[in-house]
Amino acid sequence: MSRTYGEKKASPEGQGGREGKPEGDVVIALAGNPNCGKTTLFNEITGSKQHVGNWPGVTVEKKEGIYRKDKRVHILDLPGTYSLSPYSAEEVVARDYIVREKPNAVINLVDAASMERNLYLTVQLLETGIPMVVAMNMMDEVELRGDKIDCAGLSGALGVPVIPVEARTGKGLDGLMEAAVRVAREGRKPARPDIFNKELADAIRAVADELGDRSSDEDIWRAIKLAEHDEIIAGEVPAYKKEAVETLVKAADQASGGDGEAGIADSRYRYIGKLVRQWVTKSGEEHKETRSHKLDKILTNRILALPIFAGIMYLLFACTFSENFLLIPDLPSPGVYLAGSVEEAWGLAAEAVVAAVEGLGASPWAVGLVTSCLDGIGAVFGFLPLVLVLFLLLSFLEDSGYMARVAFVMDRIFRHFGLSGRSFIPMLMGFGCSVPALMASRTLESEKDRKITMMITPFMSCGAKLPIYAMFAATLFGDGNQTVIVFSVYMLGIAVAIVSALLLNRFVFRSEASGFIMELPQYRIPTAKSVAIHGWEKVKGFAVKAGTVIFGSTVLIWFLSGFNFGGMCQMEESLLASIGNGIKWIFAPLGFGDWRASVGVVTGWIAKENIVATFGQVFGNVSEETVEAVMAGKAALPAIGQVFTRASAYSYMVFNLLCMPCFAAVGAMRREYGSWKWTLRAIGFQMATAYVVALVVYVGGSMVL
Amino acid sequence: MTLRDLRPGQKGTVTAVSAEGAMKRRIMDMGVTPGVEVKVVKTAPLGDPVEVRVRGYELSLRKDEAAWVQVEMRAEVSRN
Repeated sequence: MSRTYGEKKASPEGQGGREGKPEGDVVIALAGNPNCGKTTLFNEITGSKQHVGNWPGVTVEKKEGIYRKDKRVHILDLPGTYSLSPYSAEEVVARDYIVREKPNAVINLVDAASMERNLYLTVQLLETGIPMVVAMNMMDEVELRGDKIDCAGLSGALGVPVIPVEARTGKGLDGLMEAAVRVAREGRKPARPDIFNKELADAIRAVADELGDRSSDEDIWRAIKLAEHDEIIAGEVPAYKKEAVETLVKAADQASGGDGEAGIADSRYRYIGKLVRQWVTKSGEEHKETRSHKLDKILTNRILALPIFAGIMYLLFACTFSENFLLIPDLPSPGVYLAGSVEEAWGLAAEAVVAAVEGLGASPWAVGLVTSCLDGIGAVFGFLPLVLVLFLLLSFLEDSGYMARVAFVMDRIFRHFGLSGRSFIPMLMGFGCSVPALMASRTLESEKDRKITMMITPFMSCGAKLPIYAMFAATLFGDGNQTVIVFSVYMLGIAVAIVSALLLNRFVFRSEASGFIMELPQYRIPTAKSVAIHGWEKVKGFAVKAGTVIFGSTVLIWFLSGFNFGGMCQMEESLLASIGNGIKWIFAPLGFGDWRASVGVVTGWIAKENIVATFGQVFGNVSEETVEAVMAGKAALPAIGQVFTRASAYSYMVFNLLCMPCFAAVGAMRREYGSWKWTLRAIGFQMATAYVVALVVYVGGSMVL
Repeated sequence: MTLRDLRPGQKGTVTAVSAEGAMKRRIMDMGVTPGVEVKVVKTAPLGDPVEVRVRGYELSLRKDEAAWVQVEMRAEVSRN
C-alpha cells in the first residue's frame, strides 16, 4: 500500500491542535460511528494512559491518550457520530476539530458489518481533505455471514489505506498504527472522490471560488456544507459575499434536484452503493439469522421485553445500592459492601491520624481541622465504590448493545416529557444516590437530554434524604400517616421532575427537537478490559474533578459551623449561626424562618442526612445514639416542634428534596456539565424550583393540615 | 404510502423523504434515501417506535418519523 494518495504535501503552517506538542510529534484523531468499536480501539492503542475531560462548553466527553508503542504519537478520540452535519453537539465537535484544529491524520474506524452506513461518515471525512486511514473492524462478523470485503480494492477506490483490524483482540493494530503514523508524517492528503454529478460538482466549485479558492480543501469543504444549507457555515460567510454565495448555492440546489441537502446525502449513498457493489461479495444469504437477531427476538419480544427490562433495571439498582441484596435480609450488595468497607477502613485510618495529632499536643482547632479534612476526603472515598459498581454494569450494558434497547423500550413513555428513554437509568439511580446517577446521564444520546436529565435527577429522592423524612414523620406525623407522608414526598419529587422536564423543553431548550432516529446495534459480548477501563476512568474522574469541590466545601462548612471571629465555639454562636440568622427571612414565607432550620439546609449540603445530626445538636444537644434512632425513624425529636408545624415540616422536607443536592452531587454535575456556567444554572433552577414548590406546599398545607 | 403503514415483515422501497431540516437530514444520514429497500422488523413492546432493517443494519424510529418516509410496498419475493 505504498501508492501516493493525492499530490499535495501538507503545508507547514496550519499546525493548530498540535501546538504545544514537541517537534516530530503527531496527533491522530479517531473517528467513527457510535458502536463501531472505537472505544475498544482507543483503549487498545493507548493502554491505560488516557486523559478524560469535556469538550469546551458541551457535555461531550473528550478523551486523549498516547500510543503505547510510541510516545510521540498523540491519540484523540472524537465523539462517535454518523455524520458531520451541524445538528448535534457531537457532530459539531468532531468536524470543528478536524477542519479547524487539523490533526495530522484521522483513523476512521468502520464497522464492516454495517459498512454502507459507516462509509457515509468516511465519505464526509474524505471531503474535509484530512490525511486519513480507514480501519475495517468486525471483519469476523462479515466472514461469518459469508460475505467478503476486498480491502485492497476499496483502498484503491477511496484513495486511502484500508486496513482490516480486530479492535477486540488487537489484531492488525500494529499495521494500522504504522500506516496512520506514516500518513500523518507525510501529510498525505486523500484525492477527493468523485461523488457528485457534474452540475453539482461545478456548482460546488463555483461556491468555493466565491469563498476563496477551489483548490483549497477548506473552501471546498465549506462550499459543500453551504450547498447542504449548513447554518453554522452560512453564518460565517462575510456579509459582502452573502448575496453572491446565496445565488450560487441556489444553482447547487437546482443541480441536485431542488434540495441541496437531500441531493448531497443521496449522492454520497449512491457513491457508497457503487463501492459496495464493486468490492463486497455477498454470500446471497441475506436473511441468514445471526445470533444477535435471535437474542433480540427474546430481549425485545412484545411480551417478555418489559419483564426482562424490569429485571435488568432491578439488578442494576440492587447491585449498586441494596442493603437487602436479592431480597435476602441484611445481605449487602457489592456496591454497599464495598462502600461500607472503604468507609470503615477510612474511619480507622482517620482515627489513628487524629489520635497521632492529639498525641503531638496539637490545639483543639488543629485537631478539628485535621478531622474535617479527613472527613472531606472520606466523603469522596465513600462514593467511589458506588460509582465503580454502577459503571462496570452500565458499560457492560452499553458495550453489549442493550442500552440502545432501553431507549427503544422506554421511548413511548419518556417522549411525553421530552426526554429519551435512556433518561430512565439516571432517574432510577437517583433514588439510590445522585452522584452515580448524574454521571450515568453521560449515556444519553443528545446534549439537550443530558442537560435536562442532570437538572431533574436530584429530584429523585436519594437514600440520604430518607432520614430527614423519618425524623419529621416520627416527630410530627406520629399517628399512622408516616408511610403516606414519606411516600408522598417521593411521588412529589417524581411529579416535579416530570413537570420540570416539560417546562425546560418548552421554554429553555425550545429549538432542539430530539428525535428518535437511531441505530439498534448488534449484540456483542463486551471485553473485560473495556468494561474495566471505563469503570476505572469514571472513578478517577469523579475523585479528581468532583473531589476538589467536595473536599473544599466540606472543610469550609466545618469552619463556618465551629468558629466565629473570636475563635472556636459552639454551633449556636458560630459564623454559620450568624449566617442562618441573616438569611432566615428568606425562608419565612415557606414556614421555617428560623436560624436553626436555615443552618440545617446548609449542613445538608455536605450530606443531606447531616440535617438530622445538626438538629440533634441545635435543638437541645441530644446524644449520638438518639440521632441514630431518629434517622432510622425509631425515635422522635420533640424539640423541633418549637419551630415546625406539620405544614412547615412538610415544606421543609420538600425544600431539602428539591434544592441544591449535596456537594458530592454538585461535584458530579460540575464534572459532567464540564462548565461552572451550566452547573450554576442547574443549581439556580433547582433552588428556584425548591422555593416555589415549598411555598405552594406550605400555603396549601397551612389550609389543610 | 409511508413507512409508518408497513407492518412487521413487510418490505418497501423508499421513494422520497418529505421531512424538512434536521429531521430530513437525520433520516437521510442514517441511510434512508430514495431507492433504498427497507423492511419493518418489529414494533417496540409499547407499540412505538418501530425497528427497520435498512442497508444491512437495524434502525429504530418513531412512527411519526416513519410517516415522513414515502415508500412503495414490495411484494415479498423469496430469494435464491
